[in-house]
Amino acid sequence: MTVPLPPAVARRRFLPLRLPTARRRGRWTLGNMVALVILSAFTVFFLLPVALMLNTGLKPFADVSLARMWELPSGIYLDNFQAALAALGPNLGNSIALAIPAAAISSMLGSMNGYILSKWRFRGSDAIFTAFLFGMFIPYQSILIPLVSFINLVLPGGGLPGLILAHVVYGIPVTTLIFRNYYATLPNEVVESARIDGAGFFGIFRHIALPLSIPGFAVVLIWQFTNIWNEFLFAIVLTRPGSWPVTVALNNLAGSQIVEWNVQMAGALLAALPTLLVYIILGRFFLRGLMAGALKG
Amino acid sequence: MTLVRGLRRHWVALAMLSPSIILVGIFVYGFIGWSLRVSVSEWQGLRPDFTFAGLDNFVALLSDRRFQIDMRNTVVFTTFFVVGAVGLGLLLAILIDRRVPGETFFRNVFLFPLAISLIVTGVAWRWLMNPGSGERLTGLNLLFDIFGLNALISAWHTSDPPWGIAFVALPAVWQMSGFTMALFLGGLRAIPDELKEAARVDGAGEFQVYRRIIIPLLRPALLSALIILGHLSLKVFDLIVALSGKDLRLDVPAIYMWTTTFDAHNYARGASIGIYLLLSVAILVVPYLLWSLRRETEL
Repeated sequence: MTVPLPPAVARRRFLPLRLPTARRRGRWTLGNMVALVILSAFTVFFLLPVALMLNTGLKPFADVSLARMWELPSGIYLDNFQAALAALGPNLGNSIALAIPAAAISSMLGSMNGYILSKWRFRGSDAIFTAFLFGMFIPYQSILIPLVSFINLVLPGGGLPGLILAHVVYGIPVTTLIFRNYYATLPNEVVESARIDGAGFFGIFRHIALPLSIPGFAVVLIWQFTNIWNEFLFAIVLTRPGSWPVTVALNNLAGSQIVEWNVQMAGALLAALPTLLVYIILGRFFLRGLMAGALKG
Repeated sequence: MTLVRGLRRHWVALAMLSPSIILVGIFVYGFIGWSLRVSVSEWQGLRPDFTFAGLDNFVALLSDRRFQIDMRNTVVFTTFFVVGAVGLGLLLAILIDRRVPGETFFRNVFLFPLAISLIVTGVAWRWLMNPGSGERLTGLNLLFDIFGLNALISAWHTSDPPWGIAFVALPAVWQMSGFTMALFLGGLRAIPDELKEAARVDGAGEFQVYRRIIIPLLRPALLSALIILGHLSLKVFDLIVALSGKDLRLDVPAIYMWTTTFDAHNYARGASIGIYLLLSVAILVVPYLLWSLRRETEL
């Protein structure tokens, strides 16, 4: 892709954020040396919180003290992580039981919606799409009272199913958006010729759109998994302590006067680990989801 | 024949879309309507009371001392957060766009906070920005002390209002600058090298190339950044809760809504705050959504 497309066209093509393609190798010029120094300084700034969590988490209880926060651990000890795991273990399990099904269901809904809104457009379908998109931006405080009443009515008990339902529904806008932009890259001629060959709505979806959707599913699943794992507001109003996902439990741990800060740091790292690993391994897909949220600039 | 087929196509698509239409219809638009109804009611306490109260709740909030503080906090936070994240994101994007060695490494470092929960960010920064002194000197203050930068030692988010909330913008900038960097980097990489070369040939200095050519071409990316960051900062909630619990000095409308509704059971007031929040976000986002849609259909 040597000719840069205008942003709106690039968006339709679902260009995966053309960040990774450096056109030339890094150059060692004087200007770049200055740039490197500044970038390195910011690298310290960006890594500092993680360094703190790791450094504190790996110390034995005896070495932990506020005044020696920045001293390196005398060895690698897992005391803090064991204590954090004892406190947050069940909640990590809840987060897994929440994020995986919710991400899976909302991606399936999103792929069907995206397929329809890009390849089977009808009068008013753009208006429906825009109405969906608005749901992505609303402050959830504006629907929180009805949501809590509704979930308590249909799925009482403050368990995970109610929270999963909320995440599936409020995930529809973003999953639809990503899949719609994704299927827009599928040439209309392919769909047309399949139709002439007698394939219908479901045939084209099943045999043409879905098999080509694996990268689309990767983007959406990762995006939804990360967001649902990290979410706090719905979780705190919709679940009871036994079903608390890890974000709520971690916040509770951090506000507690009994649990030491070193255990909090280890707990924070444990809570961050799954999404961090996903980012490290599959960051490319995560980035596309991120840029979709900006509706592509 | 074509008409029948067209109609059939249309109906299958609509039928398959209808579960989502119904769900979004109820959970987004129906629930907003329901919140509106609660906001003009007298519902205080556990038992619903739908007596019509007109705009009383909205008017009362405007003279509510706590809500006034919340609005001031939102303005201060938004200013520092948006300026900080746009400024830092732009700086990082420009530096990385120079094709420095190790580009991929830097990009990944600046982007990883986006994968982390705001609760984790809040918990970590709560200790980095710990205001303890003397024996309890720790976190960034301790680091400043070690390096002899005592002038930088600060009370952070526990500073006197309204500056405490400004420090909350620091972890928020830490978390979101990668996003603005990615937006700007996408914009920068879309600018053809020939354009910059031409300007240089015409005698423009490096600074002028940025000022006259590059920055103006980044305007669409800047607009996206402002809308996304702006609406996020109006909704800021998790980060402050994790950073400071329910410290009233750092209160914002989203937290007020949460505590007044679920702790104090003042549902009418909670709903009114929710509607105020919705209005503020809608003013920012609706024109952007309509503009994006129109730009797309123009193609």
